[in-house]
Amino acid sequence: MDIQHLNVKFFVEHPEVVDLDPFLTIFNRWIQEQVCDDLLIDVADYRHVVAGPGVVLIGHQANYSLDNTDNRSGFLYNRKARLDGSVQDRLRQAVRSALLACRRLEEDPLLQGALRFSGQEVRVLINDRLIAPNTEAMLLALQPELHAFFDGLYGGAEYTISHPSDPRERFTVHVQASAPFDITTLLDAVNIP
Amino acid sequence: MKVSNGRWRERLLDQMPPALAREIDVYETEIELRKQGKLDEKVFAETRLRRGAYGQRYDNGQRHDGRQTRHLDYPSAGLTKGPNTLWDAPGMQRIKIPFGGLTTRQLDVLADLTEEYSDGIAHVTTRQDFQLHFVHIDDTPSLMRRLAAVGITTREACGNAVRNVTACPYSGVCSDETFDVTPYAHACARFLLGHPDTQDFGRKFKIAFSGCKHDACALTTIHDMGAIAATRVEDGRVRRGFELYVGGGLGSVPYQAKLFDAFVPEEELLPIAQAISRVFARLGEKKNRARARIKFLVNNLGMEEFKRLILEERASLPPDPTWTAHLDRLHAHEETPLKPASSLNGTAHSEGFRRWVETNVRPQKQPGYVVVTVTLPLGDITAGQLRGLVDIARRFVNDTLRTTVEQNFVLRWVSEADLPEMYAALDRIGLGQSGAGTIVDVVACPGTDTCKLGIASSRGLAGELRKRLAEQSVCLDRAIQDLRIKVSGCFNSCGQHHIADIGFYGVSRHIGGYTVPHFQVILGGQWTENAGSYGLAMGAVPSKRIPEVVERITRRYVAERRNGESFQEFVKRIGKSEVKTMLDDLTHVPDHSVDASFYSDWRDPREFTTGDMGVGECAGEVVSQVEFGLAAAEREVFEAQVLLDRGDAQQAGHQAYVSMIHAAQALLRTKMAEITNDPDRIVNDFRTHFYDTERFFDPFAGGKFAQYLFLAHQRAASPYTPESAHHRIEEAQLFIEAAYSCYGRMSTATVPVDGSR
Ligand code: SF4
Repeated sequence: MDIQHLNVKFFVEHPEVVDLDPFLTIFNRWIQEQVCDDLLIDVADYRHVVAGPGVVLIGHQANYSLDNTDNRSGFLYNRKARLDGSVQDRLRQAVRSALLACRRLEEDPLLQGALRFSGQEVRVLINDRLIAPNTEAMLLALQPELHAFFDGLYGGAEYTISHPSDPRERFTVHVQASAPFDITTLLDAVNIP
Repeated sequence: MKVSNGRWRERLLDQMPPALAREIDVYETEIELRKQGKLDEKVFAETRLRRGAYGQRYDNGQRHDGRQTRHLDYPSAGLTKGPNTLWDAPGMQRIKIPFGGLTTRQLDVLADLTEEYSDGIAHVTTRQDFQLHFVHIDDTPSLMRRLAAVGITTREACGNAVRNVTACPYSGVCSDETFDVTPYAHACARFLLGHPDTQDFGRKFKIAFSGCKHDACALTTIHDMGAIAATRVEDGRVRRGFELYVGGGLGSVPYQAKLFDAFVPEEELLPIAQAISRVFARLGEKKNRARARIKFLVNNLGMEEFKRLILEERASLPPDPTWTAHLDRLHAHEETPLKPASSLNGTAHSEGFRRWVETNVRPQKQPGYVVVTVTLPLGDITAGQLRGLVDIARRFVNDTLRTTVEQNFVLRWVSEADLPEMYAALDRIGLGQSGAGTIVDVVACPGTDTCKLGIASSRGLAGELRKRLAEQSVCLDRAIQDLRIKVSGCFNSCGQHHIADIGFYGVSRHIGGYTVPHFQVILGGQWTENAGSYGLAMGAVPSKRIPEVVERITRRYVAERRNGESFQEFVKRIGKSEVKTMLDDLTHVPDHSVDASFYSDWRDPREFTTGDMGVGECAGEVVSQVEFGLAAAEREVFEAQVLLDRGDAQQAGHQAYVSMIHAAQALLRTKMAEITNDPDRIVNDFRTHFYDTERFFDPFAGGKFAQYLFLAHQRAASPYTPESAHHRIEEAQLFIEAAYSCYGRMSTATVPVDGSR
């Protein structure tokens, strides 16, 4: 299965306190400091759009955003460039990149510790309708891979996978653990030093 | 970039119109040729521009990060998609929507593309197009195929071509219109798309249709060609036609279009448009882009002489049945309502609903129906909202929507009693904002967000003004509610600042060793009367003080306006020097150490610089028809090689022969105005003009390469073996090379190439 263009979103714990203004400065600083291996290009500001992509850091390999789609504030990692390796490798790459960015934001001095992400819930989607139509068959085909990955991520804790079935949408799953997880714990689980 | 790129063609082949499918195949081959270094970057740039694939800021591989100019290290390294334009750099895809008309099925596809290829936002432009930003060039063929499958082409969305044909979004339902211009705009767009007479312009050509003279919905006077619906009674019969204007345009020096003819009968519209295209292609400036729009030609010649030339050209045109084919199908564009007509009952509604009805709803000429404007902040809409809009359209109005030049959507044929439910549905997807067509509904071009020519942040300023004005909108005086604010990132005027009551365009000033973003203030432009007059520059003010400019001017207008005095009249009465005096203190920029905020632009925390500006692609390079023809021949010989590799010798040999014919045809364009498609005549003409004159002769090989053409033509009907096909391909390659050399010699010759065109 050639699963590519994975998107991973972790949600903000207290969305009512999120102010998008500082993210323009933060993401521009990420470009200045080249905080990751990706080529970071520019920052797009969509704060004026209701339930929109918020503030987007445009990269070559991936986009990073403080996203407000469906009026749910969270950090979205949108992988654009092709990845090699197994499906597990690709899931790990995308989730790890998202978690690293979440941790970086949680620690950002400009936000003064006000931003916390919940590791308890994660949305994973595949941003390519041709390789991954939003169907039950696709879900069935991918489920073993998803379970193998999230069993590891949540260290055996219980979790559920739900699948919104609107055929017009991209293939998406919501994964919800029964207990709270923080970002650091999940990062440890994907073997990050 | 997308792993699915190779698969959309097969998936959609039977859903795309064959001609469109073929065009996209050709484009994909050109991409491949460019990657292999077999297609010149300048030619490829114009090729992609003509398909709407545009450059974007920082695509030269440099961006100032606020501290230093940083090199953007794209994986494709030296590969370019145009002069100084890196392959991997994100670009913009413009999508032409003739007269802004869309079906829900098309909108669904646009939503998908927005998510999959862009950054999640579709942008409606001031010419009823869509733009997707941050698109990778490798994804564009798939994107175009998905559009083609629902009947949308991006062809000629950019480049030196006929751009999107725009029209009033209220056509067919407006009580002021003379008649519905939709079928005429549609016919004009189809007729001129890819027409041979529109392929050799020195600059872009914009057309607009308006149903009446007095409103501003189509802004005909700012267009290269503007057509206003008109009727005339002749022999007791009402005849339809158009009051036709030519030579308008904004840009750095705005020109009002001039009256070409008070009444061009409907059956003469397309032939006249064709004749205008021919004259523009033949006599319009090609070398100096700054003076290449048709407005300069009209101005230089004078309308009388220009019109004489057009009518002379018109008389020489061979008759074409497509000129009038649409006249039998005028009703095909008529929309039907989904619901019966009704009226809004008198029950109490919320304040939000009341305000929304006041600004976003207007009655149709058909009683019981209204048009609803869906306000898009800065013209932006998410994929989810597009899909939500599709559901709303299907639920309330059947199947169609239109975009507007004010960067909004309109839903027509809304049964009045449905308004509360429609408002609630729009509000649920974040599109229930009121203020359409008011001072809050600020229009802006892309500016420094994505445009290579942007000087200051037009969207940043527009977003800020919009936010502040929306906060005060409830208590804004009625006198200023209907004023229009428009912002451009530079003097090129894509934000249409000249025709706003209050307009701005980005400039910069050097102060104390720093560059400071400013906006030039333009006051008193006229939006109504199809953009009846242009505003006047009042001086530059630092970007961060522009909100104060708006507040000060509008407050003074409210306080001092005389009975019924319009904003234009007010500005004229108090005079330019008084306005300047009023704004004088706002021009002061505090020292950097006192307030550094003046030294960065709206919504961009980086220290301001103009160093990120690039070279514009607004109209691309002027690539001659000859160069295009030769590049197409080169692509065809490449395709012949692919066919031979696949084992189809017969097709391969034939394709190689065709490529030679096309290369010869391209060269003939330097000699003749009327170019035939008949291979016999092409070969004969080629012999006369290039062989007999020895013009085609290689300094060393003499006429050898021309002989390849003559031989191939003589044996055109003979079957090919793999060996003979291989030979034909080799010969074709040499012939095309020789054609390039010949054209190169002719272009650099001191004696001008025949002036017969
Ligand atoms: S007005 Fe200038 S900044 Fe705005 S889109 Fe046009 S060229 Fe770009």
